[in-house]
Amino acid sequence: MFGVLASMVDGVLVGAVYGLAAIGLTLIWGVMDIINLTHGAMVALGMFGLYLLFGHLGLPPYAALFPVAAGGFVLGVVVYWIAVHRVINRPPLMSLLATFAVNMVVIGIGTAVWSTSPYNVAFAVPGITWHGFTFTGAHILAAVVAVLIAAALYLFMRHTRLGKAIRAVASNRQAAELMGIPSHQVLAIAFGLGIGLAAVAGGLIATLFPFTVLSGDDYQLKSFVVTVLGGLGNPAGALLGGVLLGLIEGGVTPFIAVSWTPVIEFALFVVILIAFPQGLFGRRTAR
Amino acid sequence: MRHAMFWLIVATTAVFALLPAIGGDVGLRESLFLAAIAIILASNLNLMIGYTGYVNFGNIVFFGLGGYFGVWLSAVKGWPLLAAVPAAGVAVSAVALLFGLGILRLRGAYFALATIGINEAVQALVSNLDVWGGSTGIYLSLASYQSLGGARQALWIVYFLVVAVMAASLFLSWRIRNSKFGLGLFAIREDEDAAAVLGVRPATYKAAIYSISGFLPAAAGALFFFKNGVIQPDQAFDLTLSTEAIVMLMLGGQGSVVGAALGAFLYEQFRGYLLTSPMFSDFHLVVAGLLLLLIVLFVPGGLMGWLTQRWPWMRGKLQ
Repeated sequence: MFGVLASMVDGVLVGAVYGLAAIGLTLIWGVMDIINLTHGAMVALGMFGLYLLFGHLGLPPYAALFPVAAGGFVLGVVVYWIAVHRVINRPPLMSLLATFAVNMVVIGIGTAVWSTSPYNVAFAVPGITWHGFTFTGAHILAAVVAVLIAAALYLFMRHTRLGKAIRAVASNRQAAELMGIPSHQVLAIAFGLGIGLAAVAGGLIATLFPFTVLSGDDYQLKSFVVTVLGGLGNPAGALLGGVLLGLIEGGVTPFIAVSWTPVIEFALFVVILIAFPQGLFGRRTAR
Repeated sequence: MRHAMFWLIVATTAVFALLPAIGGDVGLRESLFLAAIAIILASNLNLMIGYTGYVNFGNIVFFGLGGYFGVWLSAVKGWPLLAAVPAAGVAVSAVALLFGLGILRLRGAYFALATIGINEAVQALVSNLDVWGGSTGIYLSLASYQSLGGARQALWIVYFLVVAVMAASLFLSWRIRNSKFGLGLFAIREDEDAAAVLGVRPATYKAAIYSISGFLPAAAGALFFFKNGVIQPDQAFDLTLSTEAIVMLMLGGQGSVVGAALGAFLYEQFRGYLLTSPMFSDFHLVVAGLLLLLIVLFVPGGLMGWLTQRWPWMRGKLQ
């Protein structure tokens, strides 16, 4: 019994990181109605960013998250100006394809540089042992960092001028323009934020599990599942959705083979998408 | 004009069937084999994206499932190839109808997401199915080819069957485009609610076309993996191939019969060139991605869109 409970607690810790990754996806969806298929590639870049900063420059892994986030933000703004701003308000196929094209380019370059062999970030943080079950320090710290970043994002969106501008553009772009908000710049910043969050989440995942260039795609799919659980376009729901997904993963792991977990996840994804298109946690709100 | 399209399809099929057969050129046959598969995938995807306006991002699930049904029936159940291929098509169409009834209630990006979810769910499920060999897949023994007169002759037979499926795909696209059913689909693409008011039943139409668009790709999958000799989950349900089918469609011009086929043919040649060229082989994904981005940003109508805009008289001749 304790085994199941411990597995679920660990699932929640990892789930918080899934949630953080999904916040990046859902923020972009909520603000500009675009499903960002570069998400997985950006998660992968975050992983390798952390790997390079930690392995080659010797930065402590948690300090390396700051340059990873900043790099993700800048890259996001660049990608916005090149590929995204022309497809906003066009049929969904166009934005899906434009972002997927960027994904192909990034993954293609990544594969050429790093091949598809696995990498890992090797460092140890003391864990906590409880009734014979050890929670690794890396999992605990990752969950704490994820929740802190989510909280910081919430405060930013609620209480700063820029955050309010992003929410204004999300709810009505024309009206926001009339109030003097430069919507293109604001959208570029929002896209950069979304990518920055994806990169940071990638960096955090790199501290938990081994990864390859293609791992980003797995986490992109997980982010989809999480976003759908939490309601597309709803950042607070995404964190809850991530925790819920982690809880499910942790809860079923002791009972069935690991290979069945994705079956459950994706079946759940399709069923929830059909039955609750607004997500489990309330209506679609763009904050 | 109907006759012009009909003869164009007949001529294309004849070229595909005869060109490698006359000289016995195996290299050319392999190249055209891949081109024919690409044309099948793009043409049937066109029925969903181009005609109905629903983005089936996980379209490769039809191809992969068809492959599994076909290989399983012929390798494990001992069915002859000519029975296994249509059976795979029927089975996948039935499954598609079932999925379709659920996910076709969704619109726009939500539908696209759901199709990705279906592909991933099916891949994960098949990886766990012991009947279908789990994650190691199913292997065909040499004996499976004996009934077709040995491996060498079997490869030719499979090739001609793929060309036949390609001809059927082009013919289907053309007939649907000129039918009342096709008009209903176009109406759904333009405005689903208005179409419903005018007496088109979107639910029935969408479920029908989703199921139809699965039949021929499933048959092609059965043939492809029969020839391949082995089928494995990550190879059968490769989301990249799914997206490449969309790229082909965008390159040629969605909604057009000729466009889908032309885009598929050109993309496949382009990809073959990139993969074999020493300069680009490591970067073929990068080049393909840049190409896609350029099309989406600057030529959203694809080749056919560009041509018909330039020379409007072509609109009537080529469909």
